[in-house]
Amino acid sequence: MSDAALLKKPWQSMARQRDAGTFGIWVFLASEMLFFGALILTYTVYRVSDPAAFTAAARETDIWYGTINTAILLTSSLTMAVAVQASTAALGFRRLIVACLSLTVALGVAFLVVKGFEYKEDIEHHLVPGLHFALAQPAAQIFFALYWVLTGVHAIHLTIGLGLVSRLALLIWRRKLVFDDNPEIEVTGLYWHLVDIIWIFLYPLIYLPGRAS
Amino acid sequence: MTAKSETPTKTARDLWRRNGLIWAALMVLLALTLSFAYVPLGAANTPIALGIGATKAGLVVWLFMELAKSSALKRLAAATGLVWLCVMFTLTLADVLARLHTH
Repeated sequence: MSDAALLKKPWQSMARQRDAGTFGIWVFLASEMLFFGALILTYTVYRVSDPAAFTAAARETDIWYGTINTAILLTSSLTMAVAVQASTAALGFRRLIVACLSLTVALGVAFLVVKGFEYKEDIEHHLVPGLHFALAQPAAQIFFALYWVLTGVHAIHLTIGLGLVSRLALLIWRRKLVFDDNPEIEVTGLYWHLVDIIWIFLYPLIYLPGRAS
Repeated sequence: MTAKSETPTKTARDLWRRNGLIWAALMVLLALTLSFAYVPLGAANTPIALGIGATKAGLVVWLFMELAKSSALKRLAAATGLVWLCVMFTLTLADVLARLHTH
């Protein structure tokens, strides 16, 4: 478990390598904030121009699927955080790290399964913009266009995260990767948490409007 | 090899306790935002929902992503994303909202 096994070119020390890796992912996450921010801004612009149609459309979404998925993702952030902190503690928490990473993957898959059932219902309820759309207001179609794009792009991000986390879980389980203080785990964790944060903001914008009226 | 030997030994239970508390807070906030969505507060519903969302995101960023313990460089990188997001929203909405209220 020496640092030499983890140290990669061009860095001369693990501290430098870790700093560069985490700084790099934060820069990437900042660009991701702007990417999703632009889509949420589009949502905002259309919502302020026709608030009634947006609340009517949002009421058509299934709040239970949305809420359960929010709870699932928040829990996956817990297991991811424990995995990362177990790694940086550098105390040989191999089983804990593998268990937490596997749980994170399981929760991520559960999220996608729930989303799949929700998509199926949405399609059955004619909530895909175009011919035979369920609602009369034109802006309701814009809401659902944004719904499909935002949740779809989020699901792609989550799927990428699943690939990264299961890779780590598999390699550490098979003892092919140093797990103590490995920056790869921390960097992957930061990405996973961002995918959770995006959903934290999508939840009140997609599922909560129009419930009280 | 690692410079962590002088810190008190962490156990798996310590890790679950610390992070479990944050998770419990996130779950309470989720229940809160769900309940508030059904209270008729008119225009206040959306700001409340987004405020609770921002609090949840803050907990994740500050404690799960450990920005609280990160170097200034990483905090700056995260803040940069937020600053440019604010610029994008402010400039766009200044235009859109001004047009909306003229006709």
